[in-house]
Amino acid sequence: MDFSLLANAIIAGLLLGGFYAAVTAGISISFGMLDIVNIAHPAFIIVGSYIAYIVNATFGIDPILASIIVLPAFYALGAAVYQVYYLAFEKRGQEALRGLAFFFGVLFVTEVVLLLVFGVDYRSVNAVYIGPSLHLGSVELPLRLLVPFLFAAAMFAALQIFLSRTFIGRAVMAVSQDPLALRLMAVNPTRIKRIAFGISIATASLAGAFLIIIQPVIPSVGRDYIGRVFAICVLGGLGSLPGTVIAALLLGVLESLTSTYYGPSWAPAVSFGILLLTLAVRPSGLLGR
Amino acid sequence: MRTPIFILVQAVIGLALYGLFIFYGNDYWFYAGYTVLQFVVLATAWNILGGYCGYVNFGSAGFFAIGAYSTVFLYTVGQQIDDVVPESLQGVMHLIFPLSLPTMIVIGGICAGLVGLGTGYLTLRLRGVFFAIATLALAVVLETLVVNWEFVGGSRGAYVIPPSKIPIFGAYIHFLFALMIVLAIVALACARLIERSRLGYGFATIRDDELAAEACGVPTLRLKLTATVLSGALMGMAGAPFPYYIGYVEPSSAFNLSYAVNSIAMPMIGGTTSWVGPLIGAILLGTLQQLATVTISSVANLLIVGLLLIGFVIVAPNGIVGLWQDWFGKKSVKSRRSET
Amino acid sequence: MTAPLLRVDRLSKRFGGFVALDDVNLDVAEGERLGLIGPNGSGKSTLVNCICGTLHNEAGTVTFAGEGINGMGAHERTRRGLARSFQLPRPFTSMSVADNIRVPLLYTVNARRGAKHLSHGELQDRCMELLTLVSLGDKAAKDPRDLTQVEMRKLELARAMATEPKLLIADEAMAGLSHSEVEDIVALLINLNGRGITIIMIEHIMRAVMSFSQRLVVLVSGKKIADGMPETVIENPEVVGAYLGT
Repeated sequence: MDFSLLANAIIAGLLLGGFYAAVTAGISISFGMLDIVNIAHPAFIIVGSYIAYIVNATFGIDPILASIIVLPAFYALGAAVYQVYYLAFEKRGQEALRGLAFFFGVLFVTEVVLLLVFGVDYRSVNAVYIGPSLHLGSVELPLRLLVPFLFAAAMFAALQIFLSRTFIGRAVMAVSQDPLALRLMAVNPTRIKRIAFGISIATASLAGAFLIIIQPVIPSVGRDYIGRVFAICVLGGLGSLPGTVIAALLLGVLESLTSTYYGPSWAPAVSFGILLLTLAVRPSGLLGR
Repeated sequence: MRTPIFILVQAVIGLALYGLFIFYGNDYWFYAGYTVLQFVVLATAWNILGGYCGYVNFGSAGFFAIGAYSTVFLYTVGQQIDDVVPESLQGVMHLIFPLSLPTMIVIGGICAGLVGLGTGYLTLRLRGVFFAIATLALAVVLETLVVNWEFVGGSRGAYVIPPSKIPIFGAYIHFLFALMIVLAIVALACARLIERSRLGYGFATIRDDELAAEACGVPTLRLKLTATVLSGALMGMAGAPFPYYIGYVEPSSAFNLSYAVNSIAMPMIGGTTSWVGPLIGAILLGTLQQLATVTISSVANLLIVGLLLIGFVIVAPNGIVGLWQDWFGKKSVKSRRSET
Repeated sequence: MTAPLLRVDRLSKRFGGFVALDDVNLDVAEGERLGLIGPNGSGKSTLVNCICGTLHNEAGTVTFAGEGINGMGAHERTRRGLARSFQLPRPFTSMSVADNIRVPLLYTVNARRGAKHLSHGELQDRCMELLTLVSLGDKAAKDPRDLTQVEMRKLELARAMATEPKLLIADEAMAGLSHSEVEDIVALLINLNGRGITIIMIEHIMRAVMSFSQRLVVLVSGKKIADGMPETVIENPEVVGAYLGT
């Protein structure tokens, strides 16, 4: 047994898992806490990637920095999308079928528009940490995986603090459990949901930057992530940020091991396979409520 | 009208269409017409589970591809009997193979139906949302399996060579077109029959309120499984002739996202509450896309479909059928049901 | 002594760490009119949901007409004669009022093995019969969303009645209704009982419960604290305390 191969696969998997957690953070909020099945989330992430790409290629600004700069725009976009969703579907009680179809349409249209604008060439970004790696003994830590991992961890810490320590954050946690109680506290659940959804899409901006640092991007990459994102969400337990992190790390490692020992063409099946398995065996996930 | 008469009427229309194409059209009409009819089947099939029961299936491409790849498999076995089958069975196999396309359509439908049963059994006890996500998962898992399955060509693809001429119909595409007319009639008749039967009521209660449905004695899980199997089987049957239509099958074409999008967009734009909706949606959108592909580009036509889907879902949730009923004040589906 | 129609034995139900029902025992005799009361959040609806199969109880058994029904799906229980109406009316909105009644006829009455199946014409008649019984005869073709509150509650009851139950659980069927409307519903339920249907009435409207019930059961915080003649039960200090908070 080649220990260093195994170790590297696991380390890469963990670092990748951290990135997956960042990608899933948004869904953890929108699906886990707000019960909105935003399957278009990966599309927003890809948009984030392309924006990071443009800013990086045009101005030479670091992609992560670029994504932080456009964060407010993504937040506003998220709030706007929620408003449409609310007026068109939630209010009428038709989220089940039509809300899903709506987001599916958004996912699709976004991908096609990106395709028309950017074409099918792979795009990537330039940054000092893409390329070199840290070496710890026989283990290699690629910086292009490590840097997003660290920033993702920071993002998660910030989210967790926001949700548990601030009033609005706690209101977000409450809105899925008891919207009536919120109203009685003179807090408008719709406003809270709009803020939360805005934050959810804002995370996509960062996640998009992480994505294009880790791998080159074409518009269809978004669809590869739908499975991962929902697999992580369901495995971790809806609405649980810590659960998301654990599930993401687990998935990252499993995918990395599969890729290393069985070849990368099997990787997509891992996440979806886990999803189907979890739904069949323990739908509430590891830490689900 | 009673179902047998309905089928007769449809058959007459189909025959007339075929005749029209033969005398006035060219082969392109048949190729384009095949695609539109294929969408009629897919849209109608999707609507049985999506429109009638309210359970969204994002994995139509998966079921379609099961049909397509079961044909590829059976065709390849037929071509390589002596290589893949043990000696003792070779005699029997040479008698059975090559299978006729109608047979392969039925087999494709059965395979897809079984997969639908399995998926449904695993996920239909959960909320509709989880079922929808699971169908997405299913399509990807299936594609990954196919990509890694060398026998049916894997990622390199497989060739399926149809005979150039066939008795009665002449060109093979004429035969395929006729087959697709038959499948479309089957799908439409199925959907219509369901609507007017006890099953239709059951499906509607699932869509409206599953808890209340159970309290009224409706066996919701059993009905949902029925819808899933039926829907999946029809999609598989639509996919089974595909290799013969296209000649070269690779995973990206069989599992193409446009199948998933169209099979959702067409019923939602046409109208999900009756069998007429998917038919209208398929004909309109299918024809639109054929025109757009030729005049603009194939990518742009997908954009149009996506935008129409979003637009209709927000503005006209009951689709074209719903708009028609509002504008012309026709008797609603509700009261029509009370008459039967 | 004849066996009870419904026996609930040591039923418990938790939601995560919250104990909704704690070791509840309940017997309901055939033909009885039972009232079930308790403060909000005491577990009444949870009890109904466990009895009817909408929720699964972790512990305890439910026996109906001599048959253990633990693990049976809700629709199975309905077919065996156990019917309930919902606290908040849940009509099927994509079909007419008459069709709402048709569903249980199709899926319960016509689905019972060995029982006589209703023909198309008989179904029509039965629909109208039931609708007339609850004074909704002229609303047969209407959209359920166009009904008033009390009409929706009547539809809810009619739908439960359509399943030809042996036992009917009326879950807060009279909430928010006026004095005369409450009397209408009580009269309807007594009428049904007169036809041999056992009825459990869950209510907050004490006037209705007292006039209707032959026996009264009180549930507080998931536990049964009283079970007996209505006049005796309401004087039970524990019951008084639960409602007045001493």
